Amino acid sequence: MAKVFIYPTTSLILSDLVARFGHQPLSAALQVRENIQTAGLESPPLQITPEDPKKGLKYAAVEVPSGVRGRMSLYGPMIEEAEAAVIIHDADFSFGCMGCARTNELIQFLLRKREIPILDLRYPRSDEEGVEFVAAIKKFLEELPGGGV
Amino acid sequence: MSKVRIAQLSCGPEYSGVQNEIAEAARSVDAEIFFPDITLKDIRSGFDMFGLDVRSPDLKLAIARARALVEGTVEADAVFIATCFRCAEAAIVRNELRRYIHENSRLPVVSYSFTERTTAGTLLTRMEALTTIARRRALLAREVQEGITMGVDSGSSTTKAVVMRDNQIIGTGWLPTIAVLKSAEDAIELALKEAGIPRDEIQAVGTTGYGRFLVGEKIGADLIQEELTVNSKGAVYLADSQHGPSTVIDIGGMDNKAISVQDGIPGSFTMGGICAGASGRFLEMTAKRLGVDITELGPLAMKGMSTMVPMNSYCIVFGTQSLVNALAAGSTPEDVAAAACHSVAEQVFEQQLQEVDIKEPVLMVGGTSLIQGLVRAMGDLLQTDILVPPHSQYIGAVGSALLASGFIREP
Repeated sequence: MAKVFIYPTTSLILSDLVARFGHQPLSAALQVRENIQTAGLESPPLQITPEDPKKGLKYAAVEVPSGVRGRMSLYGPMIEEAEAAVIIHDADFSFGCMGCARTNELIQFLLRKREIPILDLRYPRSDEEGVEFVAAIKKFLEELPGGGV
Repeated sequence: MSKVRIAQLSCGPEYSGVQNEIAEAARSVDAEIFFPDITLKDIRSGFDMFGLDVRSPDLKLAIARARALVEGTVEADAVFIATCFRCAEAAIVRNELRRYIHENSRLPVVSYSFTERTTAGTLLTRMEALTTIARRRALLAREVQEGITMGVDSGSSTTKAVVMRDNQIIGTGWLPTIAVLKSAEDAIELALKEAGIPRDEIQAVGTTGYGRFLVGEKIGADLIQEELTVNSKGAVYLADSQHGPSTVIDIGGMDNKAISVQDGIPGSFTMGGICAGASGRFLEMTAKRLGVDITELGPLAMKGMSTMVPMNSYCIVFGTQSLVNALAAGSTPEDVAAAACHSVAEQVFEQQLQEVDIKEPVLMVGGTSLIQGLVRAMGDLLQTDILVPPHSQYIGAVGSALLASGFIREP
């Protein structure tokens, strides 16, 4: 079993796929709902305090905006723990979404620096692409140590 | 009284740990923060139609929510726009949304860039101003002072009091703020003495400024109101510019205000947020170092050339260092005074005036508006003639006295 970081971390579909193939998803268990009634698209259910952006200083310097550092205080430890990652580019909001583009860039950079197996995929735009998309994720997850349904 | 509903358009406050502070600041002025409820579909269309191709999904959400407010599909009384300090992408969106809402709706709007250190206290005056504009439009529409009223402005540097009768200023008092209550009492005594009337003839009192709550409670004020709306009202009243657009700039002892005003009511405003090097305090220090009274700094600066002395007062310590270096290198006091004025004006221009729409007439008010060198420097930067209304140093007190006349009870 491998610990697999998923991006977007809020994707319940990706999280489910990773679990189905016998791995541990590293994700934020948040659903991006059709109606958005919170401050951001993926506002945390837990109360983040002003101390959390300070913990994020481990991953981003003090001149980096506090919102990035607050997010990194959550995702940074997950990246350190990750043994593999699945990154979906240009995903639809409903698939999973992370509110801050700068954090997203930093997360992907830090994942690549880890030199772990990473699957990069573009979000499918048709049924055909959808089948290929799932097949590619399945193949990647099966090939990870301890993978398979 | 129903709560004022403030729509929040933001990116990052919950991950910065300051969402509770924003909500608390709103609660403390009997308002509530809400997030305009829109769908994912609205985000795609709202964002596409606005045309600003940002990358952060939460900024796309803010854009779509702004469209919903302007189009009236979501109702609100006021708008608070907040994004992370030091995020360039967010700064562009913040500025464009503020302008968009200001130009296309009657909703009062304020924007703010926060850090994890932002507290409810920092946001209080801004939230209070938003709720005042939403709740007291009728009061703010007042254009004439009636009866005998008094206004007290308990500022961070000075305390001002004004007595007015039948639309005329009949007494003034102006003292440095030392002990808040004592300074207020002394300023009131000065104003009453000049007016030649006893205190019990005053029919209504208003207070504003940092000490407004303390002083207001002590003297039993009828109106206790933040300085953003009060100063706007006082400025357009004294400048006889109560109708149409205007811009009010108040460089204070501790913070600065830039307010875009329409018919005497603030539409958008910015307050403080920059270093003391860009406040009246730096000019006080400059005067002290030059060995002149603060009242002499303005005329001195008018005789100097700011370009002769390199000075950047972004930080009050470095600004003072530039000042000392310039004098040691043989610069004249006139040039140093002019450079200090230019430096303060430039900081306010670069860091605050970009957040409001400058519309003429531009009014400079507050004690620093009496420093001619500062007014000239600001005029040069804005490339316009700045209007300094009579009694501009009493702006908050006059605004309070004017608005307080709405509280005179019929005998």
